[in-house]
Amino acid sequence: MTTMTLEQDIDAATDANQYLTFQLGGEEYGLEILKVQEIKGLSAITTMPNTPAHVKGVTNLRGAVVPIVDLRIRFGIEERPYDRFTVFIITSVGTKVVGLVVDAVEDVIDLPPESIQPVPELTSALGGAYVRGIAQIQERLVALLDIEKIVSADLELIERS
Amino acid sequence: MTFMAEFRDAFFEESAEHVAAVEQGLLALDSGAADSEQMNAIFRAAHSVKGLAATLGFPEIAAFTHDMESVLDRLRSGTLAVTPKLGQLLLRANDTLKALLAAAQAGQGSEVDTAEVTGELRAALGAPTTEAETVVAPQSTPAAGAPRTYAIRLLPKRQLFASGQDPMLIVRELTELGHDVSVVCDTTRLPAIDALDPDLCHLIWVVKVTTTASRDEIANVFLFAEDECEHSVRDVTDDPSRAGVAAHAPPLKTPGSDGKPVAAEAASIRVPTDKIDALVDLVGELVISQAMVNQIASDFDMGRLGELQEALASLDRSTRDLQERVMSVRMLPVATVFNRFPRLVRDVSNTLGKKVRLEMQGAETELDKGMIERIGDPLTHLVRNAIDHGLETPADRIAAGKGDTGTVTLRAAHEGGSVVIDVADDGRGLNTKRIREKAEANGLIRPDEVLSDDEINALIFAPGFSTAAQVSDLSGRGVGMDVVKRNVEGMSGSVTLTSTEGKGSRVRIRLPLTLAILDGLIVSVGGASYVLPLLSVVESLRPTPRDVRNILGSGEVLVLRGESLPFVRLHAVFGHDVAITEPSRGIIVIAETDGRRFGLLVDDVLGQQQVVIKNLEANYRKLDGVMGATILGDGRVSLICDVQELFRWTTTRREAAEQLLAAVSTSGEEFA
Amino acid sequence: MAKTALVVDDSTTMREMVSYSLKEAGFDTLTAGDGQQALDVLQGKSVDLIISDLNMPVMDGITFIKQARQRDELKGVPILMLTTESQAGMKEQGKAAGATGWLVKPFNPEMLLKVIAKVVP
Repeated sequence: MTTMTLEQDIDAATDANQYLTFQLGGEEYGLEILKVQEIKGLSAITTMPNTPAHVKGVTNLRGAVVPIVDLRIRFGIEERPYDRFTVFIITSVGTKVVGLVVDAVEDVIDLPPESIQPVPELTSALGGAYVRGIAQIQERLVALLDIEKIVSADLELIERS
Repeated sequence: MTFMAEFRDAFFEESAEHVAAVEQGLLALDSGAADSEQMNAIFRAAHSVKGLAATLGFPEIAAFTHDMESVLDRLRSGTLAVTPKLGQLLLRANDTLKALLAAAQAGQGSEVDTAEVTGELRAALGAPTTEAETVVAPQSTPAAGAPRTYAIRLLPKRQLFASGQDPMLIVRELTELGHDVSVVCDTTRLPAIDALDPDLCHLIWVVKVTTTASRDEIANVFLFAEDECEHSVRDVTDDPSRAGVAAHAPPLKTPGSDGKPVAAEAASIRVPTDKIDALVDLVGELVISQAMVNQIASDFDMGRLGELQEALASLDRSTRDLQERVMSVRMLPVATVFNRFPRLVRDVSNTLGKKVRLEMQGAETELDKGMIERIGDPLTHLVRNAIDHGLETPADRIAAGKGDTGTVTLRAAHEGGSVVIDVADDGRGLNTKRIREKAEANGLIRPDEVLSDDEINALIFAPGFSTAAQVSDLSGRGVGMDVVKRNVEGMSGSVTLTSTEGKGSRVRIRLPLTLAILDGLIVSVGGASYVLPLLSVVESLRPTPRDVRNILGSGEVLVLRGESLPFVRLHAVFGHDVAITEPSRGIIVIAETDGRRFGLLVDDVLGQQQVVIKNLEANYRKLDGVMGATILGDGRVSLICDVQELFRWTTTRREAAEQLLAAVSTSGEEFA
Repeated sequence: MAKTALVVDDSTTMREMVSYSLKEAGFDTLTAGDGQQALDVLQGKSVDLIISDLNMPVMDGITFIKQARQRDELKGVPILMLTTESQAGMKEQGKAAGATGWLVKPFNPEMLLKVIAKVVP
């Protein structure tokens, strides 16, 4: 066993290893905290014409017009009405700010890189294509999302259309 | 550390200003209106470009500007006479400089041919054979040889301090030349303390140092102090065997050589400090107003309602002021565009053999930077047009009882919430009869159509009016007035024309103050609010069931005062299931784009409001039929309709439907 | 406390480039667009260094240096003039007016700092 130096200590606690976990269709997902700008309660969504179903519309984030993506629809999970736990996770990917609708936020957890497993070929989690790793914390399995992939898939879709 | 990366944009921006200043100055010079201060200003502008170009690593630009500067220097000192020919040459040189700058900005090298103009400039100086002094960065000479030991004596003049010199810095620099350093201070000149003047230098130093530096390099230490500090250098190397370690020459350095041109052009804007100061003041006021509201709210009872209302009113006022000031940061005077016209008018009138006087009014009127950049081309077209088609030849003018010199007037002014720019001439005016003939020939109107003169004149803005046959060298260039109109409408502006035969014509461009704010008509469709740009809205009405007809081949049309207009159902465009679908129960907003009118079916009209335009591309993408979004008073996002695109949307939909119908009928035939 | 330098030049870009280099070297900077502005900025104030262009509108560099040297608080302040190689005789004129030294355009930040080291402790 090695002694932790102060630097390592600080390192371990840096944001880079922190994940925000949330609920979606009974599964637990995680997002790198560095990509999360804020968590926001529901606010009015303005629908937009000719957009995919999971793009629910745009909302006003302190004067910025931000698109809202419903991850349930995105991952093919059955839709259900928004309730008091439903929140927007506002993420920033590159220069774009995008809001994700999730069932509920859970926790902020530390996950050292070595605790993240590659995605098993037959992943039970829906939205498997956008999962970049799985972490097991005691009994909980957390699917870590590749937010860039989720958003850029949308952007590609855009460029084609 | 390099200037290139940081200051490339600033350089091009400033150089553009200098080039414009040189041009203006030269034109004034040409008309004999330039005084010596203006002459100096022209010189300084060229001089500044040279210094900047050299420092930023554009040696070609620096070398070329050097020749221009030399001629200008001789002109301002009066050793070279101002002649029209020389003025022309300098204008051409300035154009070449402009081209050099543009090429450099685009990251292209030596594609601009400067040889001819350079040759003429040098000829004008009477020194055709001399090579221009090339502006290169001084390079440090490599030091070499064996280390020697020197004893250097500094004997400063007593007044040394008055020139800002510090003898200790000279001593320090000498000690840094090498090693085995010793410094001795000679205090023999020091007076008694009661007679000591602290502003004078009384000390003498001797520095002993072993160094590979040459005598020149040692002398260089005294570069600034040659006159103020006598010095002697004595070689006291007592042990020549110490030689042996050859110093390596330091690598040569050229300033900016590592700066690569950046391809992307960053949009920047220079803001006068007073505008920023005003903003800071306003933010201060805003903070105070907000604190007042907070304070009242924290301890509120109905008795303080009046106070609260007052505080809110002040908050409202500060916010509005702040909005206006922030917008004003984007504002530039139209002079930035107008300044190109004296030159243009001169060139065009010379080519056409017409006498033209250009009058400019309201050049200080401010307009959004984005529009300033886009209004140049339409204005240029209008001014060329005015000279080419509007003004008569001197002979014709005299025959018509006018003076031989025509006048083209450019006028800018604020009018309400918009900026109005007029391009007027006192020429022959539009020939309404010929316009009508041509419009009929081009199929724009039917021969039996009854139109007022103004309506006929307005046809010159119709797409397809100016035909290739009519394109003249100058105003034509394949672009007609329809392009002017489209450009202006693209900025949410409008163009109108008034003309009196024999007296002249005037084209009036009306632009919103800024592109960031728009006057909108708020409409509701299926429970959502949408914004229609008010400029495109003609009227809104509730049709009777009889007004809406289904015409075979054209689909649904609205018959309005005998005219049948296509119309779009906004609920269908924006995908609202729950909305008014029966036109006679909703409202039809008549909109106009590119001179064509059409209807938009909405549930209701909610009102008019100024809205701040936000683009959807910032975080998402462009949507068909939508020019942007805004946030309304209730905090919701509202989409702003793109009327031009909505019109196209209807026609393509109709075509698609027709194609579908055609497909169905052909496939039907196959099955038959 | 950081040293303060005043940069006088009618070219904004030049002013910014010099200020930029000075800031990199730890100076606080003041700027002025011509000699008169510079005198106004310096009103009742002293600085640790002045760098001034010579060709400027309103009041040129030579006049500015002469007037600055008249002021008690600016008597010993190092003043560097910005010149170009082609401006023959300007160095002498500047020195006579009271300039401490000069910086020849074109320059790069290293050259600027080297010259400053000659006149500012």
